[in-house]
Amino acid sequence: MTAPTEAEVEAEEQAAADRAPDLLYSETETELRDSVRSLLAARAKPEDVLPRADGSNDTGPGADTALWHALAADLGCASLLVPEDDDGAGASFREAATVAEELGRWVAPVPYLGSAIVATLVLESAGDHRHLPELARGDVTAALAVGFETAPGAAYPLTTRVSGSRAGDGGTVRLRGQVRGVADALDADLLLVPADGVPHGLYVVGTGTGGVRRTPVTSLDMTRPLCDLEFDDAEARPIASGRAAADAFQLGLIAGAAGLAAEQLGIAEKCLEMTVAYVKERRQFARPIGSFQGLKHRLADLWVAITQARAAARYAAACLAEGDDDTPVAVALAKAQCGDIAVHAAEECVQMHGGIGFTWEHPAHLYLKRAKADSIGFGTSSQHRATLATLVNLPKS
Amino acid sequence: MLNNTVLTTADIQAKVKEFLAAHDPKETPRLDFLRARYDAGLAWVHYPEGRGGLGAPRALQTVTDKAFAAAGAPSNDPGIQVIGLGMAAPTILAFGSAEQQERWLRPLWTGEEIWCQLFSEPGAGSDLASLATRAERSDDGDWIVNGQKVWTSLAHQARWAILVARTDPDVPKHQGLSYFVCDMTDPGVDVRPLRQLTGEAEFNEVFLTDVRIPDSHRIAQVGEGWKVAQGTLMNERVAIGGAGIPREGGMIGLVARAWRQHPERRTPGLHDRLVRLWAEAEVARLAGLRLRQQLAAGQPGPEGSAAKVTFARLNQEISGLDVELAGADGLRYDDWSMRRPAHAEFLGRDPGFRYLRAKGNSIEGGTSEVLRNIIAERVLGLPSEPRVDKDVPWKDLPR
Repeated sequence: MTAPTEAEVEAEEQAAADRAPDLLYSETETELRDSVRSLLAARAKPEDVLPRADGSNDTGPGADTALWHALAADLGCASLLVPEDDDGAGASFREAATVAEELGRWVAPVPYLGSAIVATLVLESAGDHRHLPELARGDVTAALAVGFETAPGAAYPLTTRVSGSRAGDGGTVRLRGQVRGVADALDADLLLVPADGVPHGLYVVGTGTGGVRRTPVTSLDMTRPLCDLEFDDAEARPIASGRAAADAFQLGLIAGAAGLAAEQLGIAEKCLEMTVAYVKERRQFARPIGSFQGLKHRLADLWVAITQARAAARYAAACLAEGDDDTPVAVALAKAQCGDIAVHAAEECVQMHGGIGFTWEHPAHLYLKRAKADSIGFGTSSQHRATLATLVNLPKS
Repeated sequence: MLNNTVLTTADIQAKVKEFLAAHDPKETPRLDFLRARYDAGLAWVHYPEGRGGLGAPRALQTVTDKAFAAAGAPSNDPGIQVIGLGMAAPTILAFGSAEQQERWLRPLWTGEEIWCQLFSEPGAGSDLASLATRAERSDDGDWIVNGQKVWTSLAHQARWAILVARTDPDVPKHQGLSYFVCDMTDPGVDVRPLRQLTGEAEFNEVFLTDVRIPDSHRIAQVGEGWKVAQGTLMNERVAIGGAGIPREGGMIGLVARAWRQHPERRTPGLHDRLVRLWAEAEVARLAGLRLRQQLAAGQPGPEGSAAKVTFARLNQEISGLDVELAGADGLRYDDWSMRRPAHAEFLGRDPGFRYLRAKGNSIEGGTSEVLRNIIAERVLGLPSEPRVDKDVPWKDLPR
């Protein structure tokens, strides 16, 4: 056999690369992003977001309900991942990721990630369709009751268990236990609770029922505040057990990590944009500070890093959309890359804004806090790289 | 043929099939085959008709190359023609006259005539526009060129060179340049190997002494050399950063294999670096793929310069890790003899060579620092540094 010619090798490599999914934004995705952007530009400006986050407008720490309804119901964003049979849009993860990316750009205080991405996919995976139409309309929001830091591959949580108390009617049970630091749960109507039992299972708990206590946490991320949950014989409806529960739980974590990666891309892009606009305007030494190479090169590097992050985030979204076998690799890659880059972008944003960037008044800190919290949410970069090492056969020792 | 319909994959495959039926790749002599392929418009299908193409979408080039490779057709050996295919041809197509395109493009594509690039000079690297090689008009209308060029790959094999020279020293530096095609067989062209820190001499120094260039070999107008060169350099950056490879297809694959083969060399610190770099290399690969998807969709973006900066940094970091991972073997070097390769070849050499050669990646084709300036100013729209040389005639600049 003769060695392949250079052209043959090239054609072969090209073919291998061509098998990868589309990493661009489709026309539908671009339109979706534009309509979300118009909404947020009108209703989630920094002067809207900051007073809510710091409590100065007396709205309480949770989500912006009016904004959520506009996003979920008017624009239909909550329905994207809900199948058409359940009154949803039956769209793919690509569209959902596009929305998450845009929400990241505005650090918008809405439970999109927790409810419209994670909880929606968990319910669907568990085969429980009862609440999906309400979720699609945005009338109801749900949250997976796990600590926000939980990474894909985490052991099934056993801090909540089925108690011995008398079960309710219709096959319900009672749950007892605690879950610390849950995202998007403060205003949720439903909690999806993974709990210990024989076998371990997944349960739906209404937050309006007795025995559920939600304690707001003073959170690093002021625009996605966490809460601690306590279940004291709360009535719970089982929706899956054993393998099915474990699969639904893992899908929730994977989707959460991929959704966050898209959000992190949005954060990084917005931080770069804000900073570039500022350094063009701010003058010191009789020059715009953006003409100094010491800043220009760092901003150029940031732009380069964002081009890379975008490819990673898009690849993860496309893999999830297509149920690709490479999804675990794609998500670990995206979360590790985008997480680091979002934090770096937010840190550069604060630094290059100088004094004003260190104030409470300027929104840079909202991005810094969101980026840093997101870097822990659904697993740190280091955890995702460890996962990646296992997946691609680069053993530690 | 009327060119008002866009060609599809099926059209191209049909055309290739038809061509192969008329030109059996086993029977037809190599050069005849390649020339006929050019004449049939199946060389670079996105080029215009009559210039080796069919005015097809750029994305169909892959389809074409695949179809020819599958039939066992002879290759035009693009490896040795990187400058010609990547830089000279697009420039001639964009700026050359019909006669110039007619004369040069076919033998360029078939590889009959190799091309090189005479841009950089000892005194003009990043500040290319300050170059000092002079082209003066003689009484008979020819140009007489004197100067020294450097970092010229393939000069010792090239038939033609794209050349930028100063035709007017009395105007500011960007305005006094013109773009030529230089005959490398002219007796005034002296090519000497330039040995680099790897031991090899991929590159040359080229001394130009009273080299005579007919005015018909000038590309675009006198004084438009900078504009033309800019187009050429943008192509170079895409060529350097944009190749499509499978996962672990680049340098990271070599390190990953070494890691798998040598458990005894593993440490936690090296593991952390390896996995970080693996992730970055894979993401860079996806970004390259996305860049090609953008080009194919007719949405070219400035991401090509990002690819080049990233490629340079990763190659350097990965090859550095590779040498350390080799441990005692990393202390040995495979060969310091002065070889004359046609282009950089990372695979097939030891980690030490890759480490040293990769140092050039952030210098050649625009230093990473200059690329950062370009990104900052052209992509992000940041103001330029105050320029002291902008409105000064070139001859009055301090040197």
